Amino acid sequence: MLEKAFVGGRKYWILLACLLGIMGLGFIMWLWQFRVGLGITGMSRDVSWGFYIGQFTYLVGVAAAGVMVVLPYYLHHYKAFGRITILAEFMAVGAVSMCLLFILVDLGNPVRALNVMLHPTPTSVLFWDMIVLNGYLFLNIFIGWNVLSAERKGSPPPNWIKPFIYLSIPWAISIHTVTAYLYAGLPGRGFWLTAIMAPRFLASAFCAGPALLILLCLIVRKTTRFDPGKEQIRTLGSIVAYALILNVFFFVCELFTVFYSQIPGHMDHFRYLFFGLEGHGNLVPLMWLAFALMTTAIILLVIPACRRNEGILTVACVLTVIGTWIDKGFGLVVGGFVPNPLHEVTEYWPTVPEALITLAVWATGFLIISVLYKVATTVKVEVEVGG
Amino acid sequence: MGIKRRKFLKIAGISALGVVAKPVRDALAVANPIEWLDKKLGGFTPFETLLHLFHRPVGYKPGEALTGERWAMVVNVKQIDEEIADACMEVCHRVHNVPQIDNPRHEIKWIWHAEYKHVFPGQKHEHIGEKYKHAPFLVMCNHCENPACVRVCPTKATFKRKHDGIVLMDMHRCIGCRFCMAACPFGARSFNWIIPWPRERAGTIPRFRKDKEPPNPEFPTRVKGVVEKCNFCAERLAKGQIPACVEVCQEAAKKKGKEPALVFGDLEDPDSEVRQLLRSHYTLRRKPELGTNPNVYYIV
Repeated sequence: MLEKAFVGGRKYWILLACLLGIMGLGFIMWLWQFRVGLGITGMSRDVSWGFYIGQFTYLVGVAAAGVMVVLPYYLHHYKAFGRITILAEFMAVGAVSMCLLFILVDLGNPVRALNVMLHPTPTSVLFWDMIVLNGYLFLNIFIGWNVLSAERKGSPPPNWIKPFIYLSIPWAISIHTVTAYLYAGLPGRGFWLTAIMAPRFLASAFCAGPALLILLCLIVRKTTRFDPGKEQIRTLGSIVAYALILNVFFFVCELFTVFYSQIPGHMDHFRYLFFGLEGHGNLVPLMWLAFALMTTAIILLVIPACRRNEGILTVACVLTVIGTWIDKGFGLVVGGFVPNPLHEVTEYWPTVPEALITLAVWATGFLIISVLYKVATTVKVEVEVGG
Repeated sequence: MGIKRRKFLKIAGISALGVVAKPVRDALAVANPIEWLDKKLGGFTPFETLLHLFHRPVGYKPGEALTGERWAMVVNVKQIDEEIADACMEVCHRVHNVPQIDNPRHEIKWIWHAEYKHVFPGQKHEHIGEKYKHAPFLVMCNHCENPACVRVCPTKATFKRKHDGIVLMDMHRCIGCRFCMAACPFGARSFNWIIPWPRERAGTIPRFRKDKEPPNPEFPTRVKGVVEKCNFCAERLAKGQIPACVEVCQEAAKKKGKEPALVFGDLEDPDSEVRQLLRSHYTLRRKPELGTNPNVYYIV
């Protein structure tokens, strides 16, 4: 099937060339980082994780969101989603690949990365994250490819693949839960030390992921002969609406506990993010923007007439993706480090090389998604025309 | 020329017997073979001896090592002034070849001083006396009994030593994920954001300090991209010496006829100096509510 990826129109090749160009530029920056150290980023002794880990966290959510399509189709026999499960699975493949790359570019000593397997440490959540992420990557490639192959031959997917599909559903939940546990179990970081971290992660995942999937579906409809379908996009829109409301609700729960209890160690991080602390407030406008975007998206999504209008739905999805990205890909990680354990304020802002490396990893993910979508849509069109 | 194989084997066999014979005779002559073996191996275990065929740690002699079951430090803040604090920082960073980096974002520090409100952020209030407000509190790794950093490390590059409770860091195994830095509630850990020695000399013998002093050859160097922190001078304890900062404080105290600012000892030994101080003074620990159980105590 992979041969389908090598046959494409002008636009397809231009897209791939652009992505490869960004990847090349980012790779050169990474070589520089590899040579002189992570000092070329905006990270510091106090804010020791930044953009890379933020993107990683965000994209684990996007990957996990594949389950929002797989679950209704396989467990509730919601037939309409049969048309787009492959798109959700292949989006997850791209997203998990980005996650693994972001971890790799964040390591101070990437050449020693295999020490994680050489000295397995079950007490470390990062060890488990490595296992669940790689497992999820395998599951999605394996399931997606086999189901698509069967479809191409005009036969139903083989029965032996079913256990893997059922396994992939809790597995999707696990990747984001384990990722939340990276943060939620650290004693000195009041911002992250909250039991609602994993539920909040899942809620933001289940709005950001499907929103991105809607956008990808619309692009697929525009650029290929395969139409993911009106009903499919509409249902995804409802999922985004529910999950986004849940996401903001969980955040309000967090705000209540933190501000009503008035415990400084928990409150100061929120004060830094939304009002600035001791004269430092780099992230203040961004955080307010994130919540303005999410609130607007909720208003657009809960009004049925708006949600069913694909133009407005597109806008709402863009707002959702950007809003949750700022909230989780930026504020969540940096906010946990400011103020530091000695209650000193050191701010963080990504540098140009750091941003270019980040962009290159995103380009890699989109290259994977583009190639896989090319294969999937070509097969789907062949089956439809042939049948 | 040319030795027949049979003859070669014969000579080799006799030679081998000759080499083995003397120690065997010695061994048979001693009353306590375990004691004899111990003496022969210089206090190392047979396994360690085998390892030493490949690598022998510099200057490590187990017979001379200071031993304790749970090492601890008492910081007597009353005795600390800027001069003492700076001397502690200087000696620590020198003996451990700690890179001197001026940019505070990339700074590496094992021991440093901070104000009360930063060391005990939960305990600050507006009416605290001036002499406490700006006193230089020495801070370092707390060598927690229940360390969060050890729990999160995905490669066991940081670990708590079983026999004496010191939390150590293997800079040659660390992958640089910095999970331990996120986990440490005391900001005790530093990361090598840049090449630890000046770039123009990268690839030559690393020199770390600004004053061009050669590095301490008895302490390993590090590469960029690894985390490091105070190790309670484990390498000095192994040679029977107390931690460098404590030694500096003792010397200064002797000179001035005062009590030392830092006291180091075994918490499990009821007669140790640290236990005596803990009995006679009211002491604080940093963030005890987090349950990490720090082994550094403060007399304020």
